[in-house]
Amino acid sequence: MASALTVSVVSADQEVWSGEATMVIAKTVEGEIGILAGHEPLLAILAEGEVRVTQASGSRITAQADDGFLSVENNTITIVARNAALV
Amino acid sequence: MGAQLRVYRQKIKSAQTTKKITRAMELISASRIQKAQARVAASTPYSRAITRAVSAVASYSNVDHILTTEPEKIERAAIVIFSSDRGLAGAFNSNVLKESEQLAELLRSQGKDVVYFLVGRKANAYFAFRRRASEKTWQGGTDNPEFETAKEIGDAILESFLKPAAEGGVDEIHIVYNRFVSMLVQVPEVVRLLPLEVVEGVEEPDSKAVLPLYEFEPDASSVLDSLLPVYIESRLFNAMLQSAAAKHAATQKAMKAASDNADGLIRDYTRLANNARQSEITQQISEIVGGADALSSAK
Repeated sequence: MASALTVSVVSADQEVWSGEATMVIAKTVEGEIGILAGHEPLLAILAEGEVRVTQASGSRITAQADDGFLSVENNTITIVARNAALV
Repeated sequence: MGAQLRVYRQKIKSAQTTKKITRAMELISASRIQKAQARVAASTPYSRAITRAVSAVASYSNVDHILTTEPEKIERAAIVIFSSDRGLAGAFNSNVLKESEQLAELLRSQGKDVVYFLVGRKANAYFAFRRRASEKTWQGGTDNPEFETAKEIGDAILESFLKPAAEGGVDEIHIVYNRFVSMLVQVPEVVRLLPLEVVEGVEEPDSKAVLPLYEFEPDASSVLDSLLPVYIESRLFNAMLQSAAAKHAATQKAMKAASDNADGLIRDYTRLANNARQSEITQQISEIVGGADALSSAK
């Protein structure tokens, strides 16, 4: 099992953030979801809310994303939102 | 100063002034190309992510979606034309308009009605001059497109796509825009946006990169529901950005040609003016010499 996730947060006109992380917590339309390395491929619609990314160093990054979706595959997480910004 | 000489000097002055303007415009658009290209590049992660997701849903679920199913009979087709707000860009606008005229002709020959959505002041002026109707227009901001505009356009075309044909809805949507190939080459491009067909830009699936089996949340059809409009918006936004970059490149090229031409004119008129001045002097000398001759022989 790979130890880290590659995360990128992308908005319509730029890549907001990208890097390595150990855990990602996002809010989908069905509820909150936490993703660790080795998660099965997933495609989910995001509800308006925060996406919290825990980096390997333990520090946290919070991004505001609305109107978007989240895709997970091969330990690569892409959070795509029309409007996304780091908080 | 002789009349001829004065005329030449005036022409040189005017060519010089024009050259200053065209040179400035050339430099301005040269600097804007870089920015526009950077914006195209900045928006690619988004469109790539969306394209990938759409192809994942489309290939791993058997959901029939209204946006992807081909209607049995296409009665009306819409053409979205991306032109620019300003001219002085060589054949930029006429290329895209010519391309859409050809497309319209083709569609009409297939027995379809054609309606237009126009982006940019130039396409609008073209239609207004010919007193042709258009469904909806967007003007201003083509130099520096906003995503909001792409969203508006997307909403408008989706609305008319989802309307039944009997109520004035359309069954097919094409977009025509200038694609930025390089600083020197911009190609008008026609893409059928709806109904969605082959998802473009999917990386060739080599043995390892086969798309994995996805889990959908909440389920495949609702993911597709919310994904496809976003996909369309991102395609439209990409077309707008491409068109903006192409416009700046076309302006730069046109203005460079204009400056070079002004240089040529200035050179030619300077030669003519020198000639005129010289022949004036020669004439004056021969008058003086002739006069002196006449005086001395009269003694």
